[in-house]
Amino acid sequence: MHIPDGYLSPATCGVFGAVMIPIWATASKAVQKTLSVRQVPYLAIGAAFSFVIMMFNVPIPGGSSGHAVGGVLVAILLGPWAACIAITVALVIQALLFGDGGITAIGANCFNMAFVLPFVGYYVYKLISSGSPSGSSRRVIAAGAGAYFGICAAALCAGIEFGIQPLLYHTANGQALYSPYGLKVAIPAMVAVHLLVFGWVEVIVTALVVKYLQKQNSVFFEGGRS
Amino acid sequence: MTLARKLWIGMGALIVLSPLGLILPEQFKSGKAWGEWGLDEIQKMTGYVPQGFQRLSGLWKAPLHDYAFQGWEGKGLVHLSFAYIISAFVGIAIITGVAFIIGKVLVKEHD
Repeated sequence: MHIPDGYLSPATCGVFGAVMIPIWATASKAVQKTLSVRQVPYLAIGAAFSFVIMMFNVPIPGGSSGHAVGGVLVAILLGPWAACIAITVALVIQALLFGDGGITAIGANCFNMAFVLPFVGYYVYKLISSGSPSGSSRRVIAAGAGAYFGICAAALCAGIEFGIQPLLYHTANGQALYSPYGLKVAIPAMVAVHLLVFGWVEVIVTALVVKYLQKQNSVFFEGGRS
Repeated sequence: MTLARKLWIGMGALIVLSPLGLILPEQFKSGKAWGEWGLDEIQKMTGYVPQGFQRLSGLWKAPLHDYAFQGWEGKGLVHLSFAYIISAFVGIAIITGVAFIIGKVLVKEHD
């Protein structure tokens, strides 16, 4: 889901960069208010976890490959704004150091994976888990559901971003200037593989870690500071 | 043992296992993620190179592009796996540091 340089027009990149600036500013303020000093090391661990889990490319035999993001997990444990910061750090380093995701697409990639993904995931988790005891299996199921909807929503956004390019930017003879695939190709392609495969990878990763942490330290699931 | 320490041990295990993310796609003959193709692949699929794509795609030369060392492109999976592990380690070290500093800067006023 890391959109490389060249697939999005400079204007699209500019729009998403501009959209992300107030989101990052709000995230900084929210983290300042809600995160405790004790949680700062977990913010760092969350960012590192998201980074390394994205390195585990899962193959669709004969097809494409993809990966989990781990971002819904961070949102469940530290809140969606903290997750936004943690995933942004991972995405920026991926782009700069490893060329994974374009530098011009940092705004769009952060919008999809550091904003849409943790927020959709977090609120689905909240909706399903609300009122359940911190050690309950409803929390694990809620975490899995959040993971699934979070990553699929992010994939949908990426599909739309790819898909609008040929509509907006093409030469007189109809050749695309950037992403050559329109909405009818890009959205199904992005969403289907996440609904069928990579969404479930995110579910398994998220549910397993939530289950483990429930046993270790249920403090994570008692609502935390808000 | 503190929870943070346990999680770091888990992170170490993920670093060591990370080449699975390289080897499994190779084994199952699966390609790149959808929409992450390079110039050649785009040209093969569509029959042309989008002009804007060509202009922007080479914009940034990442030092550890594709989690590999430059000049190691033709090397086998063992070498690439080694580079992948080093990339995971370097990435985690930098990301942990940056996220920790951001956290410290933001969350120092109270508690």
